[in-house]
Amino acid sequence: MAVKNKKLFEFSPALESAGHIQLKEQYELFINGKWTKPKSGKYFKTINPSNEKVIAQVAEADEADVDAAVSAAEKAFNGWSSLSGKERGKYLFRLARLIQEKARELSVIETLDGGKPIRESRDIDIPLAAAHFFYHAGWADKLEYAFPNRKTEPLGVAGQIIPWNFPLLMAAWKLAPALACGNTVVLKPAETTPLTALKLAEIIEEAEFPPGVVNIVTGAGATGAAIVNHPKVNKIAFTGSTEVGKIIQCATANTDKKLTLELGGKAANIIFEDAAINQAIEGIINGIYFNQGHVCCAGSRLFVQESVHDEVIQKLKARIENLVVGDPMDKNTDIGAINSKSQLETINKYLKIGKEEGLEMFQSSCSVPSKGFWCKPTIFTGAAQSSRIVQEEIFGPVLAVQTFRTIGEVIQKANNTPYGLSAGVWTDKGSKIFNLTQQLRAGVIWANTFNKFDPTSPFGGYKESGFGREGGVHGLESYLKFND
Amino acid sequence: MQLVNRKSPPVDQVGIEDRIARVTARSIKSDMKLEGLKMAISMIDLTTLEGADTIGKVTQLCTKAQHLCNEYPELPSVAAICVYPSMVGVAKKALGKSGIKVASVATAFPSGQSSLEVKLLDTKMALDNGADEIDMVISRGKFLQGEYDFVADEISTIKDACGKARLKVILETGELGSLDQVRKASDIAIYSGADFIKTSTGKIPKAATLPVTCVMLEAIRDYYLETGKMIAMKPAGGISKSKLALHYLMLVKEVLGDQWLSNEWFRFGASSLANDLLMQYAKSQTGAYQSSDYFSID
Repeated sequence: MAVKNKKLFEFSPALESAGHIQLKEQYELFINGKWTKPKSGKYFKTINPSNEKVIAQVAEADEADVDAAVSAAEKAFNGWSSLSGKERGKYLFRLARLIQEKARELSVIETLDGGKPIRESRDIDIPLAAAHFFYHAGWADKLEYAFPNRKTEPLGVAGQIIPWNFPLLMAAWKLAPALACGNTVVLKPAETTPLTALKLAEIIEEAEFPPGVVNIVTGAGATGAAIVNHPKVNKIAFTGSTEVGKIIQCATANTDKKLTLELGGKAANIIFEDAAINQAIEGIINGIYFNQGHVCCAGSRLFVQESVHDEVIQKLKARIENLVVGDPMDKNTDIGAINSKSQLETINKYLKIGKEEGLEMFQSSCSVPSKGFWCKPTIFTGAAQSSRIVQEEIFGPVLAVQTFRTIGEVIQKANNTPYGLSAGVWTDKGSKIFNLTQQLRAGVIWANTFNKFDPTSPFGGYKESGFGREGGVHGLESYLKFND
Repeated sequence: MQLVNRKSPPVDQVGIEDRIARVTARSIKSDMKLEGLKMAISMIDLTTLEGADTIGKVTQLCTKAQHLCNEYPELPSVAAICVYPSMVGVAKKALGKSGIKVASVATAFPSGQSSLEVKLLDTKMALDNGADEIDMVISRGKFLQGEYDFVADEISTIKDACGKARLKVILETGELGSLDQVRKASDIAIYSGADFIKTSTGKIPKAATLPVTCVMLEAIRDYYLETGKMIAMKPAGGISKSKLALHYLMLVKEVLGDQWLSNEWFRFGASSLANDLLMQYAKSQTGAYQSSDYFSID
């Protein structure tokens, strides 16, 4: 039978509506339980990266605003930390439930502001954010069981700076353990994606948290620096680029500020010839194209055993053609918009570098909208450890493929990177998995799956991917001091 | 034949389930839904396989196949009628020149617990009565004993006997125990000459599922990549709702591509699915769901 030219059974648009969401035109700073105008008087615009339309104006906090927020948090600390764990847990449970109730609204705002597909914000970001609050709410009155025979105390004021790739989820990762342990918080969301954190501030108001326990200040790098450098901040938690992480580590040196950093990554995703190849293909796709590749633990370095290289590449290319790239609000979209113009420029720079290095580039033949920031899913084959696209974090939907021959070789190559956040192993053989996981220097290693997250599982890196863990019992330690 | 030495690739059940979760989260709307409903109707093997089948019952089913819904003449007819060998003649006569094919189960359906001689006679009876397609069952007992050569030889012998008739090989996946086994049985059937691979007889509770179908589609895809030859697929049993049928089509499109989206390469073995598809189609035309009394139940 002849193949027809017209594509059969094509997706019809299935747009999530934005009619039900409530967004203000202008957002102030959330300090001491009140919406406060910035002392600087300055505002910046936050746009929808899929069509470049302005969604809202957001206040820009300067040093004086940050000082007010830190003072509010400091004042609230005594009351909050002396509440019984059970009472603190109640607030967190309430917050978790309210997030669940408003899940649809939060998902839509997350997608509008950040460009990620509604499927992901609906099925992953928002449910996981709620799960983090539920999980940590449970710890609030059980800290003595988490750390038996040790006396724990909260640290004080935690300054938390979060990235733009999972805006609400990262806020949850930071806030939930800090609050459960009895700390008060000044949180700064990323300047390109502040809206769900501000919605979270509204939810915190609704949950009737004591004023000052959570303060949310918006702004760019300077605002973050003001938090990091504020003398009354006792703890800094940062998720973002390795470059900024280094600056923060320098800034907090010689102070008694406790620090955790969750930085970049260049994860090795290793596929052996005895793997369930067809499922591994799905895992590779999920590993690198999830959230447009804006994932610090993305499986951006693919290692394929030479004997199955051709099969894997053939199937990967075919699978990429099936991915739906486009309007993030469409429920069928797999790959949405790149978060910002500057990030798109970074990605394009690396595409150019890859081509100049003589690597073979393959992109989906899909079309992308004319407005907004877009990058087609991309594969580079023929890469080596010396290729720049293998060495440097791209933070986009770009996969670099290398081949290997033996298990010893691939372990060496996988570890041959300044980063060490995550890794993936694909094989049908259990013994091989255990052999590898003991030798790979990465904080999270997935076997026969990728990009799976759970509040009970600690997450964090080796080497330039940072230090400290978030999630699980390990994550609580970062927000406590031990008076033994 | 090198079947024994041929190693089927492993299947990761968790991975398959993740994949299915992705597919079933898809939103199938408006034009796509209409196209899908029509396509699904055209892919149905309208089936009656009962001890109680009579000339009357089969004739009525054949009438239904030719007049699915008189209100909507734009709808396609089903692909085939599927009956026991003894009813093939009846169906053939009732369907006349409608173009609807007659498929017959054979080879000691549904258990397959008989000798090759009997299975061949069973097949011959269906063919002599005019069957266009033969739905055979594999010997699951032999398969589970590891006698893969036996299973393969049986399939290729029946295939030879089929002549021009297309051969569907029923794996009865609900009895195979794991997705790895499903993959192995699929490979054996494909390499032994199956034109179609089919999930189930419909005679045991565990019938077709999306994960099982996904594994079989992957076997078909891998064979196509290796040889350039297309094999058809037929999930059967347990598919009675339109939404599920559309998810199957989605899966076929994603795993195999547009080439397989026709009734030459994909079928549903079902009896009650047709009316649900009709009801959904009528809803799309009138805006309201009609009572099931408006759809004939032959």
